[in-house]
Amino acid sequence: MKTINRDTLHTVRLHLNGTARSAPCTPRMLLSDFLRDGLGATGTHVGCEHGVCGACTVQIDGVASRSCMTLAVQAEGRDIATVEGLCDPDGPMSDLQEAFKRHHALQCGFCTAGILMSCDDYLRRRPDPNEADVRDMLSGHLCRCTGYTPIVQAVLETAALRRAHASADALTED
Amino acid sequence: MKPAAFDYMRAETADEAVEQLRSLGTDARILAGGQSLMAVLNMRLAQPSALIDISRITDLAYVRAERGMLAVGAAATQGSVEWRKTLAQEVPLLAQAFPLISHFQIRNRGTVCGSVAHADPSAEIPLVLLALGGEVVLRNASKRRTLPAADFFQGMLMTARAPDELLEEVRFPLAAAGQRSAFTEFSARHGDFAIVSVAAVADASGVRLAVGGVADRPRLAHWPAAPRGAELEGALNDFAWELEAQEDAHASATFRRHLVRRLGAQVLRQVMENPA
Repeated sequence: MKTINRDTLHTVRLHLNGTARSAPCTPRMLLSDFLRDGLGATGTHVGCEHGVCGACTVQIDGVASRSCMTLAVQAEGRDIATVEGLCDPDGPMSDLQEAFKRHHALQCGFCTAGILMSCDDYLRRRPDPNEADVRDMLSGHLCRCTGYTPIVQAVLETAALRRAHASADALTED
Repeated sequence: MKPAAFDYMRAETADEAVEQLRSLGTDARILAGGQSLMAVLNMRLAQPSALIDISRITDLAYVRAERGMLAVGAAATQGSVEWRKTLAQEVPLLAQAFPLISHFQIRNRGTVCGSVAHADPSAEIPLVLLALGGEVVLRNASKRRTLPAADFFQGMLMTARAPDELLEEVRFPLAAAGQRSAFTEFSARHGDFAIVSVAAVADASGVRLAVGGVADRPRLAHWPAAPRGAELEGALNDFAWELEAQEDAHASATFRRHLVRRLGAQVLRQVMENPA
């Protein structure tokens, strides 16, 4: 059993967007604060800190989760994906991000990083969602600017385009 | 807000976890998915001196159908049960309840056993467990015991779990042929805590109605034969008053009784074969 005393600075090592990173923290540090303050990855935003608003959503081993309801020490050795990893810093944006831009699916952007990380996981698991599915998934995020409609459109369009590309690839292979 | 300081212990096995519980007792809390506990810690509603993290115990991350039950280990997430392809056939009531439990992102990390151990009176999983007549398995450093759900839930966030015990497994009875079930709830927003939640099950033993969010724990009514018409209305009215609804910031006691009668009638009609 690994025990970390409350006052001890423990070095947490994890993979952030594919890169090995580490920083010291005490057991009570939340993963959200560890990412921002420990590793300087400020793309992940912190809102309510009790799991309601969704702004801090990241992926832990590919699964969308609240980083404010996870301890940094629990993330030790895990693969953490944040919005910074969705595309190359100098490269083009991902198809999902492009769709958000096309549909004006963000305004102030505070909620966007979390929403993108949820959608990225969800679309991998459910490539053919209907509008009700998408709205259900988005119910875990609060956005005060958009009224959600453009976000729903961006997610549905991304899913449709990915399916179209997949079937075109299948035809080419035949 | 941020949690108060605590010692962190990462258990590699269930034996290690119960050994720590034995030495620390009420000073320690078990941390699994953390989707209730971390919110409570962040708001400093609880300040345990130690957390015993069981989320990495792979031996407890199982979900399996065995001996007529769907057995879910203490480290298995709600998502791992919800996305199980055979769930709608195995425990249809649970499959109906999952979409109403908080949100996708929370179910991804929250555990089934954690929700049962937390025993929030408006939580959906305890309600499903009670409605189906499920069981919990508790273990300490020296022995295991199995309790029916009806004996496990004892009050608001209170259960029969002793301070040295780990809730190791939850068991939902697999649906027998011909069993019918229905679940619904009323909440201010989708994914919020239910103001009133109801689950109905009809099978060879009769009809059961479980109600959450009203009393200090999920409560169950059982009828050997389904009441109908005016008898149904009378039975629901009696049950609604029996629950001793309280008024709070979210709803009046009158509104809660109204919801018990209306939602109760809705799910009971759904599970009756020839509703009147």
